[in-house]
Amino acid sequence: MDTEITLLVDGERHPLVVDTRTTLLDALRERLRITSPKKGCDHGQCGACTVLVDGRRVNSCLVLAVTVDDAEVTTSDGLAAEGEHPLHRAFLDNDAFQCGYCTPGQVCSAAGVLAEAKAGWPSTVTDDLTAEDVDLTDDEIRDRMSGNLCRCAAYAHIVPAVAAVAEAEGVRR
Amino acid sequence: MTTVDRILGAGVERIDGPAKVRGTAPYAYEQDPGEPICHVAVVQSTVNRGRITRLDPTAAEAMPGVLAVLTPANAPRLGEGLTSDLPVLQSLDVHYQGQIVAAVVAESSEIAKAAVGAVAVEYSAHEPDVVLSADRPDLYAPDQLMAGFETDSVIGDVDGALAAAAVTVDATYETPTQHNNPIEMHTSMARWDSDRLTMWDANQGPHTIVNDLMTAFGLERGQVRVISPYVGGAFGSKAFTHPNQILAAMAAKVVGRTVVFELTRQQMFCLVGHRTPTIQRIRLGADAEGRLTAISHEVVEHTSRINEFAEQTATPTRVLYAAPHRRTTHRLARLDVPPPTIMRAPGETPGMFALESAMDELAHELGIDPVELRIRNEPERDPERDVPWSSRNLVACLRTGAERFGWAGRDLRPGVREDGRWLIGTGVAAATYPARRRKAECRITGHGDGRWTVEIDGSDIGTGAWTALTQIAADALGVELAAIELKIGDSDLPFAGGAGGSTGLASWGSAIVLTARDVRRQLDERYGGQLPADGVVVKGEVPGPSPHAEDYSMHAFGAHFVEVRVDRDTGEVRLPRASSVYAAGAIVNARTARSQFLGGFSMGVSMALHEESIADERFGHYVNHDLAEYHVATNADIGEIDIHWVEEHDPWVNELGIKGIGEIGITGAAAAVANAYWHATGLRVRDLPITPDKYFRDAPRRTAAR
Ligand code: FES
Ligand code: FES
Repeated sequence: MDTEITLLVDGERHPLVVDTRTTLLDALRERLRITSPKKGCDHGQCGACTVLVDGRRVNSCLVLAVTVDDAEVTTSDGLAAEGEHPLHRAFLDNDAFQCGYCTPGQVCSAAGVLAEAKAGWPSTVTDDLTAEDVDLTDDEIRDRMSGNLCRCAAYAHIVPAVAAVAEAEGVRR
Repeated sequence: MTTVDRILGAGVERIDGPAKVRGTAPYAYEQDPGEPICHVAVVQSTVNRGRITRLDPTAAEAMPGVLAVLTPANAPRLGEGLTSDLPVLQSLDVHYQGQIVAAVVAESSEIAKAAVGAVAVEYSAHEPDVVLSADRPDLYAPDQLMAGFETDSVIGDVDGALAAAAVTVDATYETPTQHNNPIEMHTSMARWDSDRLTMWDANQGPHTIVNDLMTAFGLERGQVRVISPYVGGAFGSKAFTHPNQILAAMAAKVVGRTVVFELTRQQMFCLVGHRTPTIQRIRLGADAEGRLTAISHEVVEHTSRINEFAEQTATPTRVLYAAPHRRTTHRLARLDVPPPTIMRAPGETPGMFALESAMDELAHELGIDPVELRIRNEPERDPERDVPWSSRNLVACLRTGAERFGWAGRDLRPGVREDGRWLIGTGVAAATYPARRRKAECRITGHGDGRWTVEIDGSDIGTGAWTALTQIAADALGVELAAIELKIGDSDLPFAGGAGGSTGLASWGSAIVLTARDVRRQLDERYGGQLPADGVVVKGEVPGPSPHAEDYSMHAFGAHFVEVRVDRDTGEVRLPRASSVYAAGAIVNARTARSQFLGGFSMGVSMALHEESIADERFGHYVNHDLAEYHVATNADIGEIDIHWVEEHDPWVNELGIKGIGEIGITGAAAAVANAYWHATGLRVRDLPITPDKYFRDAPRRTAAR
């Protein structure tokens, strides 16, 4: 069954017709040919497809396109709309990738982590669940970024990349 | 012109980096074929060995949006000479579970996937035979191993030396089937323009793929072009052609449209190869001072019924330590499994787990520090070929690593360190990987305005080749980085072998250096050292292996030191820190090299603690065929990793003195983890991966040992 929707991606409106079975990831990659988000599993297991929907990170392969009609979708490419994003710079500075295929997902996920930390959300490794402020220690970053697999295993470079931006944005002491 | 030696070695930022972090670097499916793209989805066999008895595509064919259903009955005939699983849809016979038995081509991926479910297939089948064991009566010795290695090697009287040895170790180690699982799934997008085929594809070297497409479709070289400038990881699975490239080209031909075949993650477990499981018996004999008198390494592994992939598992044992009496053997069983292939450091990776675990066991038997044991057995020359080393700095790696890690004063006793509920241990293992060079051609064009175009069909699967080759070209031509336009990843470019065997930079870089030397010679001779206004074009090549390869043994070496913490109540294993030190010749780009070493080592940690493809004995399939069930290391699994390399100048390996660094990091890493686990717990896990259940399986032994 086909349905008409409008996707708002990286600030641009895209009216389109999708099969109701179409995921947000496939709507982006296959219909709109917006290929910054990657497909690494299609089952919510790798994080390569991570985008921000209304500022929160989601696995876009687990979202049906028809459910995000008019929501604001941001890809890693969209984060650079006003020039190089601090996370992009930090990933480059730390060589936090090799093949680059998981990377746009890592970057979006990191943007989500920073927002969650600013909102005071604890993680499974947070000692004090009631604390107002989150301190994005290395262990916090490792845990919060673990939904994004990197088979090139750039993890030990992703942590300092995210840490650098966390520090600049006041969520790491 | 003069040589300016300022760019090599520098940590130049990846030139493809900005596009990769934004996600705009176009991987296979992300290229623009110039017309709408149809999608392929496949029906796969549910039996391991047998024959299709009924296949009814009519319901699928009738679905709106379905353009074609290809089956063995209607698929175009492919050319003779395709091997293994490449003759796609050419017969009703089934050789492994997951084999493609039909393919749907449809207007959208949703329609294609839905139509797959509407194809009815029945089979007559044998019981699957998928279990490897060391006592199978059908084990056989292959004629030779992968990469041309001898199947067996025997020097001296191993059994006699073992019988006479003061101390011996005799242990059997097992590594499971593993899957490469690059995050970009294998993807092939094909378009025909009359009798010319263009394919945008995820692979490790376009020329390899072109050859098989020519065979499959009866084409001349100029009729096929494979384009692969960006590849989302590979680790060996994208080195050779797999059914996806053949099927994509076939489907595009049948429907007369551009089609894409993007594998699913589940399909990555049967259609693009795996690392064979191994069963390895190691016997070591030593005198009371720890000098090895005998080394025996006997390997049992599997291959499929339709290809012989004989992994060179015991080959590192032929080079690592001195011993007068030595033996290595390899035996294979043909099972009803998909064709195995190369996976990061095939041979060295499973082989070094066994050898370097056994060395740790020997050190314990002798009461000698395991670093010291290795140093005592350092061979002056290649112990089997009896030629000198082109360079060898394993001892320097061991000493430097020990210092960086803080190894001195380590208590040799296992199972005695605790921090709250954590049992703590440290472990060491050596690393090694051969340094080779292969044939590669190159074309350099100097433009009158001072820009240079350097063309070679190299491949960047994440290694940093885009950047490192640009540095090499700039240095060799004596110009700024910005003056170089590099072109790689396209079969229309001059020939080069793929990114594999850690030969990429050594081969492609050498071709660029030699060609650039010729450029400069020609400029000097004809144009007074200046680039003429109408430019120059110079072709060059490196013909193949180093001319010194017969006279010297060429290998990179390294040493891993790791700390492991094991939860005494749950058996959970953590790896808080490690130091990993390498001697791998000249390093072209400090930044990307560090990432390669780090990635290799971390994949070894993943192998040690997580990775295992489990075949169901009754139904013959891999039960954990996705990333939720086939565990790979996540961010939280990797602690602080200190990567370091020692200076090494090797005049014999190639023009650049580089040894290749994509694979050495994984070799030995799993043994270092297992050795540290033993040091923490007193439990010697000889069958990877070291999952928490094995802590409880082996815990009675631990109690007994205390
Ligand atoms: S593609 Fe969505 S999580 Fe893997
Ligand atoms: S950079 Fe290759 S998977 Fe992460």
